[in-house]
Amino acid sequence: MSALIIDIILWASVAALGFIAWQRGRLILTTAVREGSMDFINIVPRIALGVIGSGYIAAVIPQEVITGWLGPNSGWLGVLTAVIGGAATPGGPVVGFSLGAVALKAGGGSPQVIAYVVAWALFAFQRLLLWEIPFMPARFVWFRAAVSVPFPFLAAAIAMAIGRP
Amino acid sequence: MSELPLKDPAPAADATDEPRPGRIRKPIGWSMIVIAVLVAVSATLVWRRDGIDGVLEILTHDLALFGGILPRVLAGCLLGAFIAEILPHEKVSRSLGPNSGLKGLLIGTAFGAILPGGPFTAYPVASALLTVGADFGATIAMVVSWTLIGYGRAVAWELPIMGTDFTLWRIVISLPLPVLAGALGRFVYVRMYPKAAP
Repeated sequence: MSALIIDIILWASVAALGFIAWQRGRLILTTAVREGSMDFINIVPRIALGVIGSGYIAAVIPQEVITGWLGPNSGWLGVLTAVIGGAATPGGPVVGFSLGAVALKAGGGSPQVIAYVVAWALFAFQRLLLWEIPFMPARFVWFRAAVSVPFPFLAAAIAMAIGRP
Repeated sequence: MSELPLKDPAPAADATDEPRPGRIRKPIGWSMIVIAVLVAVSATLVWRRDGIDGVLEILTHDLALFGGILPRVLAGCLLGAFIAEILPHEKVSRSLGPNSGLKGLLIGTAFGAILPGGPFTAYPVASALLTVGADFGATIAMVVSWTLIGYGRAVAWELPIMGTDFTLWRIVISLPLPVLAGALGRFVYVRMYPKAAP
């Protein structure tokens, strides 16, 4: 259901921007459509490899290794483990969030799980290699990732300070 | 020896054959090779553990996933291309460029938060913004905002799997992070590449 809504918003945005481009002139619309289609054709092989292959990577990574040390008394070492685990988690959002949920149910501390989810969102290696590097200049991607390193720790610190969730 | 004084910082080799920086280039990079090797090794391990049935089961599931994602990838590429064509360069560099200040980071954050879709839209659009004059800081704010406070993934995956309480607090805690990441990005960027600054 929510996937349908997202698709509708997505294609409505494409249509709206396409309309604006068409108003600016036919040439702008056709140029943009041609550029976008070329990008699409270039990107499909990489995405095919990643999406079709990611199931195998997810199947062989032992999940308990990722969630093993996130207990409430694990402190900053647990946060560090969570950050590394988040970056190393393969697969899409189902895998990332499910592991987070497993860690919470298994008695993981909230700050550690927050750090895990934030690190996964920022650095999951598979998304970096599969989506971000193909679409963005590699220099930007590494710079963005390096600059983001402090933030899962900051998120964990805020969670510890406010005692939530 | 005599060429020492000539040792100007050589312009990036790819600058010459890349008229549109930030758009998609080389068909196969080393990242693809890393992924291909990882996939091959993992598929072999699955085959040894679960036999050919295990391999085929994962393959059919992922093929279905791939088929479902393809139209969205096309939509994302079109969005990026439209943005690159429509947005006026001077305007973008004024509101999202290196001198856009806190306002630029806030605009990048807001843009990332409202952007529809998944990685198939966020990265082409971010790349388009870089092309039309946004700086690293504002683009970092946009990408980090999309990944941390964007509603798409939170509504579709995080709420049902992690629960409302966790998701809402996680987002509240994440609110300041995109602006901070963008500011840190700018701070480091002008020190790493002092020549690039205007």
